[in-house]
Amino acid sequence: MTVLTDPRVPVLEVSDLAISYHDGAHYHEVVHGVSFRVEPGEVVALVGESGSGKTTTAQSIIGLLAANGRVDRGTIRLNGTDISRWSDKQLDTIRGARISLVPQDPGSSLNPVKTIGAQVGEILAIHGKLRGKDRERQVVTLLERVGLSEPELRARQFPHELSGGMRQRVLIAIAIALKPQLIIADEPTSALDVTVQKRILDLIDELRREFSTAVLLVTHDLGIAADRADRVVVLQGGHVQEEGRAIDVLASPRSAYTRQLIANAPSLARLVTRMPATARPPVGAAAAEDIVVVEQLVQEFPRPGLREAPLRAVDNVSFRVRRGTTHAIVGESGSGKTTTIRAVVGFQKPTSGRIRVDGRELAALNGEALRQFRRRIQLVYQNPSASLDPRQTIFDIIEEPLLNFGAVTRPERRERVMSILSRVGLPEATALRRPHAFSGGQRQRVAIARALILEPQVVVLDEAVSALDVTVQARILDLLDELQQDLALTYLFVSHDLAVVRQIADTVSVLRGGRLVDEGPVAQVFERPGSDYTRELINAIPGRTHPAFA
Amino acid sequence: MTSFDTIHSEAGADRHAKRSSARDRLDRLQRRLPPGRALSWLILTVVFFWAVAPAIFTTYNPVEGIGGAQLKRPDAAHLLGTDALGRDLYARIVYGAVHSLTGAFVAVALGLVVGTAFGVVAGSVGRRLDDAIMRLVDVLLSIPPLLLSLSIIILLGFGTVNAAIAVGVTSVAGFARLARSEVVRVRRSDYVEAAFGSGGTFWAVLWRHVLPNSLTSVIAFAALQFGSAVLQISTLGFLGYGAPPPTPEWGLLIAEGRNYISTAWWLTTAPGIVVVLVVLAANRVSQSFAKVIP
Amino acid sequence: MTSRYLLNRIGQALLVLWAAFTVSFILLQAMPGDAIRIKFQNPELGLTPQQIADIRASYAADSPLWLQYIGAIGNFLTGNFGYSVHAGVPVSASLAAHLPVTLKLATLGFLLASIFAVAIAFLSSLARFAWLRSAIQSIPSLFVSVPTFWLGIMLIQIFSFRLKLVPVINPGPWQEFLLPVITLAVPISAPLAQVLVRNIDDVLTRPFVAVARAKGAARNRVLWRHVAKNALLPTLTIAGVLFGELIAGAVVTETVFGLNGIGGLTERAVGTQDAAVLQAIVVLSAAAFVIISLIVDLLYPILDPRLRTNPGAAA
Repeated sequence: MTVLTDPRVPVLEVSDLAISYHDGAHYHEVVHGVSFRVEPGEVVALVGESGSGKTTTAQSIIGLLAANGRVDRGTIRLNGTDISRWSDKQLDTIRGARISLVPQDPGSSLNPVKTIGAQVGEILAIHGKLRGKDRERQVVTLLERVGLSEPELRARQFPHELSGGMRQRVLIAIAIALKPQLIIADEPTSALDVTVQKRILDLIDELRREFSTAVLLVTHDLGIAADRADRVVVLQGGHVQEEGRAIDVLASPRSAYTRQLIANAPSLARLVTRMPATARPPVGAAAAEDIVVVEQLVQEFPRPGLREAPLRAVDNVSFRVRRGTTHAIVGESGSGKTTTIRAVVGFQKPTSGRIRVDGRELAALNGEALRQFRRRIQLVYQNPSASLDPRQTIFDIIEEPLLNFGAVTRPERRERVMSILSRVGLPEATALRRPHAFSGGQRQRVAIARALILEPQVVVLDEAVSALDVTVQARILDLLDELQQDLALTYLFVSHDLAVVRQIADTVSVLRGGRLVDEGPVAQVFERPGSDYTRELINAIPGRTHPAFA
Repeated sequence: MTSFDTIHSEAGADRHAKRSSARDRLDRLQRRLPPGRALSWLILTVVFFWAVAPAIFTTYNPVEGIGGAQLKRPDAAHLLGTDALGRDLYARIVYGAVHSLTGAFVAVALGLVVGTAFGVVAGSVGRRLDDAIMRLVDVLLSIPPLLLSLSIIILLGFGTVNAAIAVGVTSVAGFARLARSEVVRVRRSDYVEAAFGSGGTFWAVLWRHVLPNSLTSVIAFAALQFGSAVLQISTLGFLGYGAPPPTPEWGLLIAEGRNYISTAWWLTTAPGIVVVLVVLAANRVSQSFAKVIP
Repeated sequence: MTSRYLLNRIGQALLVLWAAFTVSFILLQAMPGDAIRIKFQNPELGLTPQQIADIRASYAADSPLWLQYIGAIGNFLTGNFGYSVHAGVPVSASLAAHLPVTLKLATLGFLLASIFAVAIAFLSSLARFAWLRSAIQSIPSLFVSVPTFWLGIMLIQIFSFRLKLVPVINPGPWQEFLLPVITLAVPISAPLAQVLVRNIDDVLTRPFVAVARAKGAARNRVLWRHVAKNALLPTLTIAGVLFGELIAGAVVTETVFGLNGIGGLTERAVGTQDAAVLQAIVVLSAAAFVIISLIVDLLYPILDPRLRTNPGAAA
């Protein structure tokens, strides 16, 4: 059962690995003969979109497939020993000690009712390392090593008292505690803000150099792979599409799929695709007017305690959007970007400040007037599966706004729904199906169709492409661009992703902690950032510094 | 499962091609209707017909006994034996179905209608009314259900309908709570906000989105309550607060059989097993209800 | 947990209790069902209408309703629950005499039910085979479907009459309680086991379980050190429901086994329409329910660190 370390054998060698899941009736193969290797001290990125089998592959390596999953064939060699058929008991001896895991979602990956110290200490206890005071001291040392301030205090705290980034540091401390040969990092930063993401990835980099640990980095983000990996394995639908040195794969991809991935990744694509709206011929006479004007917007929320000052989510934010252009509002979580646009679409009354949309003062609108105002501005949500009523058909969903404003006959409604459906690239046959029968990208097309059926002037897109895979995201962005040119729409585009913003927006406002820290035309903000924070955000975009694109 | 066997043997005549398709169909049928659930539906159907047309199932009179046939063990003539007055136990159980089923139905309907109305109003109208209704619900919940039933029985008197009402009242609070929490959950969803955002009025959104999406789990809960209502009604019958003798209500049958516990085991055993089977079947079917609804 | 929250919560509990008292008063005292007439109009007693009227006056049955209500509140607050018309003794004395049996039955029943439930829940998650797991997990749904009274009768039939293990006549002090406790434990254990099974299944799918396994923790260690507490905590929220089940179970069980506790007293009170007794029982159980929920609410933040607010610790 002992696994010997030999510099000539790879730390990990996966060959012809096939994995299937049981769906209640049959087994369905989802990973079809995947092979790759990880040399000692090397970082290998497993890149793929959802459904590519990247996470399943990673889980099988550490023996943590879901209960309905099984390895059909192939081998997983750790330092030359095949562990793919090992029992849980055998695996327990190497998990944590030789292979460890940095999980995806730091928010739910720590036991909520145990202290941080107990959870870090547990890995030492399981493998019989150190006791009592020595163990406690080692826990504090580890917490300090991963860059947590006041490690003694952190050890006594519970997970909910730490931020997401801090929790991910704790999980990294657990992963490195026994200096394993291989760390599996499964989307370690996808739940974190970009600036935090960069710091966490830097930390993993630094620690693996120090301990000469190999890292298997599972990610959907080609940019991260480009930045951090020595070699890249591109997966699609359970097959390896391409494998090679990161620098080679990115500079001269051999498979069509990889080429498409690179072309679609906002951070990697060169800025050629889009003609700025300002350069287009003006639509109508009033093209130059500002259609959305926000002045000194302040939004406060009362806190539960009576004596506490209210929470100021948006603090004195102003911006203007010209008709027919795209204005982006960028910020990390807690920046107040969503609160800002909710005030703009009239879902909440601002504490103070003015909002004018298409010449109408929002503060003056109430009841029926506010309802009529909604024809002018429509919101598309981040998560289409939550924003579409699961019990309605696609036709019902898109038709509903027309019903709200009456006076449209049934045949005309039908015609308009069908035409908008083909407009957003969905076949007519889909009209009678329900949202659950569609993929995320298709659902977002339905949500866009619903927003457009009232022929609004302004469409607000709240992280509308953030939950989608890059290839799907690219197609939705193309669709949005096309619709804007044809219908002279104005977009208010909310995002945390600067790379996407650079691709789609004309002007941008950068928010941080509810305040406006930077604004201006996109090119100017990117080339000459007006604040340190904007510069930090730009530097945190994964992939942009990769030599293949320099 | 005899019907499955016949499907199979018929298909066997045409050899392989048809056989495999029949197999597939059988597979699919089994997945959609696993044996346990099929059996549950069968039990409920049979009991339903007991209630609707008991005379089809037995020729014996449930109320008048046969002289000289007292306390007979189960045999070919009397499937489940006879009681101390010479009445056929199987006939009494068959004729008793109508009391248990209508009782449970009235109880669930009362809880569903009153409770859901309270819950929907609390969840969709203003804060004050919400608070008032939910405090009332808290009060109802604070009194143990059986004691609440008994208080209502003291108030209304004994009888089948009164027992059903007494059971129904105990489920009002549960329905109200569930309906309110569902309404509140749906109201917070993105699609309801989107409906308002596309110009929907309060009533239109309530009707199109909030009610359909929140009432499905309420309906599933009602199905689940049915089994528990059968149980509670038989308990009240056993305690003697339901239908008066000689009504063959199931709980009462068991209570009467108690006097002969040492000599005539079938008098208590058989009706009890019927109650257990009906409740099990009702719970099983209601679970599938909850799963089918998206 | 501030003292403000504490006061607020206690106030709320008192409000519910007062409302429960009012509801029970309306249901049981203000309505026409008349225990005094039932008892004293019996011709064998040979009482004249005048004498009956005197008796009614002594129970203050004819004074205006609101006066009766005020009086009843005052009496309840001082521990005077009125007179049992049927038994002719103060309700409080009657309750005190009957309480010990029920307390013993309920305590033992609850303990056994907890053992059943925990055994079912953890055995099912330890079971290696799918068929065994689903067999164990179907026990609670069988338990909820069995009428308590019938279960009691069946136990008597099997253990007393067939196997003659537990004597029916003159059982020993422990033998007397053996079958009733089992009878009571079965319906109580079912909802508890169901909630536990669901919670354990739910917690097992959380990412922190995978992280613990990735540390090299064995299945059992994960179950006891990580899953158990997270799965047990939410069961506290059904404590009130279980209390209600316990009361219902006690009434039925005591009736079946002829035990002379609060349950038996309740059954007789309904039979004789002795409203004063039933109201006292209703109000006292509502009080118990309110106190249990209060304790659960106050205990929860102590057991669950997420609900503790440590000022200054958040960063």
